[in-house]
Amino acid sequence: MTLPAQIRPAQIRPAKIRKAVPMTMTRRRALLLGAALSVSLVAAGCGSPGSPVPAGESAAPTSAGVSDADLSKALEAGGSITVWAWEPTLKQVAADFQAKYPKVKVNLVNAGTGNDQYTALQNAIKAGSGVPDVAQVEYYALPQFALAKSMTDLTPFGAGKLEGTFTPGPWNSVHAGQAIYGLPMDSGPMALFYNKEVFDKYDLKVPATWEEYIASAEKLHKADPKAYITNDVGDAGFATSMIWQAGGKPYTVDGTTVGVNFADPGTQKFTAAWQKLIDGKLLAPVGSWSDAWYKGLGDGTIATLVIGAWMPANLESGVKAGAGKWQVAPMPQWEAGGKATAENGGSSLAIPEAAAAKDLAYAFLKYANVDEGVRTRVDAGAFPATTAQLQDSAFLDKEFPYFGGQKANQVLAESAAQVVGGWTYLPFQVYANSVFNDTVGKAYTSATPLQDGLKAWQDVSVKYGQEQGFTIK
Amino acid sequence: MATRPLVIKRRPARTRRSATLTVLTTLMLVYTLLPLAWLVINATKTQEGLLNSFGLWFTGDFALFDNIATTFAYQDGAFTRWLLNTLLYVVVGAGGATLLATLAGYGLAKFDFPGKKAVFATVIGAVAVPGTALAVPTFLMFAGMGLTNTPWAIIIPSLVSPFGLYLMWTYSADAVPKEILESARVDGSGEFRTFFRISLPLLAPGFVTVLLFNVVATWNNFFLPLIMLKNPDWYPLTLGLYTWNEQAATTGGEAVFNLVITGSLLTIVPLVAAFLLLQRYWQSGLAAGSVKE
Repeated sequence: MTLPAQIRPAQIRPAKIRKAVPMTMTRRRALLLGAALSVSLVAAGCGSPGSPVPAGESAAPTSAGVSDADLSKALEAGGSITVWAWEPTLKQVAADFQAKYPKVKVNLVNAGTGNDQYTALQNAIKAGSGVPDVAQVEYYALPQFALAKSMTDLTPFGAGKLEGTFTPGPWNSVHAGQAIYGLPMDSGPMALFYNKEVFDKYDLKVPATWEEYIASAEKLHKADPKAYITNDVGDAGFATSMIWQAGGKPYTVDGTTVGVNFADPGTQKFTAAWQKLIDGKLLAPVGSWSDAWYKGLGDGTIATLVIGAWMPANLESGVKAGAGKWQVAPMPQWEAGGKATAENGGSSLAIPEAAAAKDLAYAFLKYANVDEGVRTRVDAGAFPATTAQLQDSAFLDKEFPYFGGQKANQVLAESAAQVVGGWTYLPFQVYANSVFNDTVGKAYTSATPLQDGLKAWQDVSVKYGQEQGFTIK
Repeated sequence: MATRPLVIKRRPARTRRSATLTVLTTLMLVYTLLPLAWLVINATKTQEGLLNSFGLWFTGDFALFDNIATTFAYQDGAFTRWLLNTLLYVVVGAGGATLLATLAGYGLAKFDFPGKKAVFATVIGAVAVPGTALAVPTFLMFAGMGLTNTPWAIIIPSLVSPFGLYLMWTYSADAVPKEILESARVDGSGEFRTFFRISLPLLAPGFVTVLLFNVVATWNNFFLPLIMLKNPDWYPLTLGLYTWNEQAATTGGEAVFNLVITGSLLTIVPLVAAFLLLQRYWQSGLAAGSVKE
């Protein structure tokens, strides 16, 4: 398998998935590669045995139910679990967990970020070996794994009792019908992060509505042609979150009956506004999470980000040049005085169906996402999905030196309470997001209107859904 | 006196300069060296310096040695571990592949046996199949054998080098005269002894060329480890640096572009050294088989 040098770099190196929690930008090649991989795996998987759960291991009986006493027993008996996650704060949580339960060994493995990890996970599930006991899965991707029954339903473990522990957005996201396929780890209620220094310099008002946002974009770019209100080259996670806030419900899912419709009024609100920014060339042509993006955030040429509440930790570590300049404000509204937000990114921890040590895995989930682990992670800069943490005064009153002493969590926690309900992702959202740039992406680089781009995205999504055996409404 | 003009006349004819060629090669040189220059320059910058300065020139603070120290210290010395892994894969994988290719190529060139044409066709066919196409079947096979996530998943596929085999085949056909082998046989030398004592020294330039090919391919191997390995303890440098780069695209992840760049620079140093030290073999090897004597 030593490939001639000229083949390898061209095909593989660019196949990089610039993938973050929410703002996902999948390069086309990566997608082709990924698609090819999963297709051939499906084909090849027919002959291989399904994921066997070794008897005698603590495989959870799905009918009986697992009590807390069972979990304690499993923790005392000990064993080892493998956790696939890229969330950096889990490292400390895993260490603390092992300190508390010395007989349990946690192998925390970073098996790739986002799409990389999902591909690996799907491969492992198909191959029937090397499946982790716990996997980090973003909310948008969870339905895909849930529908394929690749993940364990957590209701027999008593996950249903945790209602009220989590904020409604994330809690809703881990459900598929009555079943619960993961426990929320973090959340990303959206807010407006803006560079106050730039705003002061050009005498811009912090926009409360999207109309004001567009006005600020024009004023800023006119005053300094190098500066942009924000960056966007087409990002599925961002676009869907924007439609979510505008009250759009393009996706309807009822079991295996799926509807995709981007002609609804909510979507049109978003496209009308965003089209103005595209037409006016008011968006920096910079992909999120690239080095150019970090540079723009630091030198003031990207003046705002409308993004999930997990952003502070990234600003603090990646944009040191912006310290003291950035501030947080509520997400701009569609109607003056409105109070609507959306979730952007965030992920859950789930237990693959083929996991070997499910009792221990659930004990870890609970520790990390409900009990002590939450505190550890919040202290390290993560944004919680638990109501208790979001209402905790220590959390709310924390002053961020990075934001000039602002108590940023108050804005962010408020956003968490205002997330518009009723949103759902497709059960094949991972695929859909991966073709976003091939369809909607054109609207950013050519004369194709954004609304037409979304229609093309809709068509591709519907076609894929049909091929996968979904009933399309 | 009579000969001098003759010499003067001939010299320009021999080393006549072509302006077009000079310009073209200069452009090529700049084109090839530019990324390298960029890498060297930016390895001297801090994470902030990287984002705040012009890419092709230095900034005020010279942080190269800090960067190198941090690269080795970051994540409990993961870089050293990945370097050792890469060395393991290169020594065992590329070394083994070269030895196997030489043995097989020599065997095919110097011995007649039934099925030789079939082997030839298989090898030529294997050269044409891109490794990427074999990645998924290979992964499933290795998963079935329980070898994924172990060094074997990298080493075993690396041992197969159809291109190297083909190169050694054509090279041995010319480099080892039949007469020498015959006289060795007459003198009572066994085949293996003949191979190691007589043929191998003759094959040295070809051997080194194939070794270099395989070392480069294994050193830079990215896709195979990407799908085979999930445990960072077994990552090679390529995959390790990729994960560092991806950190910047993760919630709460630390952007360490400076370490990625410095790590990349450190990663190519051994390759550059190998090329400089072995370049004459490399050059003569490249021409191997191109001229039929």
